[in-house]
Amino acid sequence: MKDISYKDFKSENEVRWCAGCGNYAIMNAVQRTMARMGIPRERFAVISGIGCSSRIPYYMSTYGFHTIHGRAAAVATGVKCANPRLSVWVMTGDGDAMAIGGNHFIHLIRRNVDVNLILFNNRIYGLTKGQYSPTSERGVTTKTSPYGTIEDPFVPGQLALGAQGTFFARTIDISLKISQDVFMAAAEHTGTSVVEVLQNCVIYNNGVHSAITDPEFKAERQLILEQGEPMIFGDMKDKGLIMEKGKLKVVRIGENGITKADVLVHDATEKDPLVHTALIRMKLPEYPVALGVIRNVDAPAYDREMTAQIKKIRKNRKMSSVEELLNSGNIWEVEENGKVTKEEFQSTRN
Amino acid sequence: MKDAKVIKLEEVAIRFSGDSGDGMQLTGTLFSDATALLGNDISTFPDFPSEIRAPQGTVGGVSGFQVQFGHKQVNTPGDYAHVLIAMNPAAVKANARFMQPGGTIIYDSDSFTEKNLMKAGFKTEDPFSECNLNDYFKIAIPISSLTKESLKKFDLDHKIILRSKNMFALGLVCWMFNRPLLYIDEFIRRKFANKSMVVKANIKVLHDGYNYGMSLQHMTPSYIVNPADIEPGRYRNIYGNHATAWGLLAAAEKAGLELFLGSYPITPATEILSVLSERKDLGVKTFQAEDEIAGISSAIGAAFAGDLAVTTTSGPGLALKSEAIGLAVMAELPLVVIDVQRGGPSTGLPTKTEQADLLQALYGRNGESPVVVLAASTPSDCFRYAYTAAKIALERMVPVILLSDGFLGNGSEPWKIPEMSELPDIKPPYAKNKRTFKAYARNEKTKVRKWAVPGRKGFEHLIGGLEKNISGTVSHDPENHQINCRMRQEKVDRVVDMVPDLEVYGEESGEVLIVGWGGTYGHLISTAREFRKEGKKVSLAHFNYIQPLPDNTRKVFEKFKKIVVCELNLGQFASYLRDKIPEFIYFKYNKMKGLPFTVQELKENIAKLLED
Repeated sequence: MKDISYKDFKSENEVRWCAGCGNYAIMNAVQRTMARMGIPRERFAVISGIGCSSRIPYYMSTYGFHTIHGRAAAVATGVKCANPRLSVWVMTGDGDAMAIGGNHFIHLIRRNVDVNLILFNNRIYGLTKGQYSPTSERGVTTKTSPYGTIEDPFVPGQLALGAQGTFFARTIDISLKISQDVFMAAAEHTGTSVVEVLQNCVIYNNGVHSAITDPEFKAERQLILEQGEPMIFGDMKDKGLIMEKGKLKVVRIGENGITKADVLVHDATEKDPLVHTALIRMKLPEYPVALGVIRNVDAPAYDREMTAQIKKIRKNRKMSSVEELLNSGNIWEVEENGKVTKEEFQSTRN
Repeated sequence: MKDAKVIKLEEVAIRFSGDSGDGMQLTGTLFSDATALLGNDISTFPDFPSEIRAPQGTVGGVSGFQVQFGHKQVNTPGDYAHVLIAMNPAAVKANARFMQPGGTIIYDSDSFTEKNLMKAGFKTEDPFSECNLNDYFKIAIPISSLTKESLKKFDLDHKIILRSKNMFALGLVCWMFNRPLLYIDEFIRRKFANKSMVVKANIKVLHDGYNYGMSLQHMTPSYIVNPADIEPGRYRNIYGNHATAWGLLAAAEKAGLELFLGSYPITPATEILSVLSERKDLGVKTFQAEDEIAGISSAIGAAFAGDLAVTTTSGPGLALKSEAIGLAVMAELPLVVIDVQRGGPSTGLPTKTEQADLLQALYGRNGESPVVVLAASTPSDCFRYAYTAAKIALERMVPVILLSDGFLGNGSEPWKIPEMSELPDIKPPYAKNKRTFKAYARNEKTKVRKWAVPGRKGFEHLIGGLEKNISGTVSHDPENHQINCRMRQEKVDRVVDMVPDLEVYGEESGEVLIVGWGGTYGHLISTAREFRKEGKKVSLAHFNYIQPLPDNTRKVFEKFKKIVVCELNLGQFASYLRDKIPEFIYFKYNKMKGLPFTVQELKENIAKLLED
């Protein structure tokens, strides 16, 4: 197979996101990941719901399905079950996946259907022009909360892990390197891979993540997790995380007798979600924000189980055609003279 | 000893009735199956409460099963029962109004205690007078104590012994109607295969019930119903929901596709999901979704990815699926939606039958959103219409809603088993030419687009819920939207070339044409038949194809002086006909009781039209 370039994944349609929208960078990273995967274009199906993020299939040259609000996860489940050979990607936003599609989001994850779900989290409804979303911080003023919201946001990763999530990663729209790395890891993971992308909405929520993304402070405020590596961050690489009294704590290496060896080592493959959940919940200013692959554990994937179960049952099956099924059970024959004869008993309904 | 009183009947209806835990559905089913094997034509109708176990002994907790069988064609479970088996006083109260005048009531006298009479809401010690059942032939049998007596040598606990009392009643009824016990013995052996004690106990009670009838001949009437005159062939008994499931299986096999069912449990449609879940041996993919919306959405995904995709539901679920059906309309994907209707609105009457989802199926979506609508008319023809729904969906790239109902889904009848080779081919319009492929390029004659399934190189494309141009790209062009709205309607209208002509039962012209659709067929044809026996010029035109209507509908209608549309709603099909074929006057007969029509009420009301 000839090498595929990320450009091969771009469609001819004119991209219509606002100038400066974080989605451009996210799409770019997705396309570069797909090119790296070595799977031909026709084997990709990109499924989306409704919202700015969900326009992505129009700009991709793969098979695509722009569905209805909140339902992309359910549609994608059907796509993957119908054809497990496809690489299925769900493109969704915080409104689409956390509000109207919340039920499908958690059940997709619980079943562990082998799809990659990219959650564009800009903490706002962009396409409907600026209403607060289920990930908007308490107190935020928007068009529908002129006096500030009076509700707490979802933490998407926590929701994913609460639903028995097997893969969760976090990245930032403009961090192309991290994005490509986690998208690739998501693609390689068997089961539902959830990647939360902190995305900037330049029009309705500009700078929502800037405290995290600001280049001047990012080393202090971002913890980029690497498998098997200690959780160290900071301008001087002198800060780390330890677990104390069941809580994560930021410490300075070299102070109070803390050495590098005391810092927690990241293990995304740990089945117990305790540390992963704590990492997901970390927020400014007390903690840095965790990026990278936070959780990546093995578990049976729904679509594979479905295929395997059918295969196993078909191997020892008693019924091999519909004709046989129709003629199973209690059958009787009516002859021309009206005589009724009954065939042998066979197993049927119980 | 006096000679046995032997009653010879053309057809007879029996109603088994007791607490929901008394095993009446099983008793009725076993009796029906044994009867079908004797060559009688049958029709059954289970009637049960929506509570799994409503308080014991109350009228709300009564579960019934009616079966009619005869030596001629039997199209309904019978308006009224000739024989009622009542396991408690509540069963008498609940069923009094379903009794044939002069019928027989067999009841478990052990359960007619003061306490049970009170629970059933009787005010005196004479429940039969209270229910105006004085003229009926009543047979008191201490079924509970006879069952105990029968099993006294078995080392079984009291509860299990009492649970076998339905078998005593069944044995007794088998004697009354001259049914051999062979089939039922066999059934019991299989059902309790690993519990030999239970098998022995149940068979003992069954036979003791039978023998009790024999020894009591002097007081129990025995009925003879000769075998029906049935078309030669291979037969089986089938429930509507089973027939629906099997029709889908047959369609998938014929089309060479895998069957995907995305569904959420809902009464009375759930059985289709469970029947198909058993058929992994035939490769069926069943997906029990988190809700109704995920059920249909997963099916839409499977349709996009190339399966025969189906979702099954009942009225409230259809409401939840509305937006997604619109998506399938817009994306133009093959999708079968099965609505086993029940009483509404809202939660309504979950276990009762009704036909009030017709307008929801036709119009219950945002925007101009036409779909094909079909309706099955008997338990066994659910097979045919499920098959046809799949064929139309796959060949015309369109959602098809098939309307069944609780009466059909839970009802059963003998079915002449079709050969797979007799069934018509199913040939979806697969995309073939990469160079000319456009997602929404259409066949000139049928207006159908091509199906290009993901995974096929060179056909990569996008579909979606937004209005689009011929390539599938978003388009807000006003002219394009108007053209597409018309096109989607026209595509549905042109399905008429797959729709057989409307047939008339009876003469093709006359005084009154009864018009019906869906599950009322049995009662309507029985009504028309009775009128014709009396020499009245009454015919029946029954619809299975609702949208589009059969091409000859107008021609059928114009040959009758009066048209009366009979349906289990407030006149939805009549409204639809007024819109589609406005030049006729449509009289209506409607019923909204959660129950099927009775032939008697139909006759009374239609007779009025004949008099005017």
